[in-house]
Order: sequence, then C-alpha cells, then structure tokens
Amino acid sequence: MTLSLNHFLVLGAIMFAISIIGIFLNRKNIIVLLMAIELMLLSVNINFIAFSYYLGDAAGQIFVFFILTVAAAEAAIGLAILVSLFRRLDTINVEDLDALKG
Amino acid sequence: MEFKTILFYAFSLTLILSGLRVITARNPVYAALSLVLAFFSAAGIWMLMKAEFLSIVLVLVYVGAVMVLFLFVVMMLDVNLEKLREGFWSYFPLAAVIGILMVAEISYVLIGSFGGNIEVPEASDHIGNTKALGLAIFTDYVFAFEVAAVILLLAIVSAVALTVRRRKDTKQIDPALAVRVKASDRIRVVKMQAEKSDSMNTGAEPGLREPGALVGTATVTSAQPK
Repeated sequence: MTLSLNHFLVLGAIMFAISIIGIFLNRKNIIVLLMAIELMLLSVNINFIAFSYYLGDAAGQIFVFFILTVAAAEAAIGLAILVSLFRRLDTINVEDLDALKG
Repeated sequence: MEFKTILFYAFSLTLILSGLRVITARNPVYAALSLVLAFFSAAGIWMLMKAEFLSIVLVLVYVGAVMVLFLFVVMMLDVNLEKLREGFWSYFPLAAVIGILMVAEISYVLIGSFGGNIEVPEASDHIGNTKALGLAIFTDYVFAFEVAAVILLLAIVSAVALTVRRRKDTKQIDPALAVRVKASDRIRVVKMQAEKSDSMNTGAEPGLREPGALVGTATVTSAQPK
C-alpha cells in the first residue's frame, strides 16, 4: 500500500496526543514539560511538511523553518528561566513556584 | 509493499516509541536522550517527503543545539525524583483515554477534509529543497526572515540577561548612581570664624592653648548629607 497523506496526518495526531499525555502526566516536572512541548512542535512540523509535499506548496516548509527558529529561541529562554529559578529555590517542582500568589 | 512504506513504518514506530519513553522515563537524562532519538526519526520521515534541507536542519539545529542545551541543564540540576513523580500512575488511565480520543478526533477531521491524496505533484524543474526554500524565503517571505532574526537576537540577549551572575568582590560602581549624586551629598561646607588666640601675642609656643580657650565657632550652612 502506498503512502498517502493520511499516514502522515495520523502520525502527527499520535505525536500530538503523546505530548498532551506527557503534559498531563508530568505536571510537576518542568523539564519534562518543556520536552513535551518540543514533541508537540515536532508533530505540528510533520503535519506541515506532509501538507506541503502532497499539495505542492512550499509555504508549509517555510513555516516549518520559522517554527524551528522560534522553538529553539523558546527552548533557550525557557531553560534560562529554569536555571535561574533552580538557583534560587533548589527545586524544579511546579508546586513550589507559588511566590506570586496572593 | 514498497520500500518507502517499510521505511515510513520503521521510522514512525521509532518515533512513537521514543516519544512514549520521553514522557514516562524516570530519569530526565533518559527522557532527553529519547527525545534526541525522536528527532532523528522525524528527520528520517521528513527526508522521505523530499524535505532534505529541513531534515538536516532539524538534526543540526534541534538535536545539535537545543537538545544539547537540554542535556546540559538536565545534568546540572540535582533533581529529587520521588516528589516529582507522585501521582504519576494514578493519572495514567485517564490520560490514555484522552489520548486515544484525541487521536481519533484529529484523524477523523483531517482525513475527512484532506485525506486520500496519493499522487504527489511533481516539481517541474527539480531544483531540490534547499534552492526552492531559498527562492521562496528571500523573495516572498523576507520580512518573516528578518523577524526570525530579531527573535533569535532576543533569545540570546534574554538568556544572558536572566542568568548572568556578577562577582561580588568587584568595586565597580553603577554609573547611574554615580551620575545621580549631588554635591551636597558628598561635601558639607562649614563656616568657621578665624581663630583668635592670645598665645600668639604673648609669644608662647604656638599650639599650646589654655584649656577651655575658645577656638572658633562652627556654623553649619548647608543641608544635611544623606
């Protein structure tokens, strides 16, 4: 059976659901949350490239290019925030980040 | 079954299994390494779709830079894993149900609207992914390109600004503070009358005074220093 667009769409959907489950299960661990967000962006990228390939439009791949850029920038800043939080509080548990409350 | 389909199933199986390992691994280093494997498998899948430039960029930029950064941070942090994983398996049944439901919904909607494409429009001039991307980015999407460059600059500046630590033993002064200082903060002008000493007229030794002699009156003439 030849590959069709459906294969890639289902793959993208599975990866997206895996990352949502990851956020659901690892709600306390900031590092795994960030990694689940990277997985989510990866699934969206797979969808974009699949559409670009099967519909013949280069715009999908250009969008992937910019998503890669923004995701790299966001990972860098997220990790910088994580590191400075860890220096102060010595924990990466989300439940300990409650200093803004009240 | 074509070879391409076999490759697709192999890569996607690796991708799904390593994705599952990312979210369930106990040790965050194993999670980060599984994410690296997921990115490699995704790069293989993109290569199957003739996006060779993007798949290599994924390996170079994402795996080579972003995941290395993740691994640095993960290895630097000393994490107490027990507390982070409490309640993990109790949420698992609900998570599985939600996951299957999401896959079903997304697939149903997307395949119903867009599905069935098997034939791929052949690129008429066979110029390859890199050149095609370059032609499009630098003509139609050049503004987005410049904005992406600004975003990267922003990431560099904010990552440094958030985490830089200064040495505590330098005597460096904040220039804004130095400029804000007024003369009255540093110097206090005191008016004193000239000394009237009788010992000078009498020829006694200079510097010797009778105890209790008046030396001078001092008047404070400006504001108190802060």
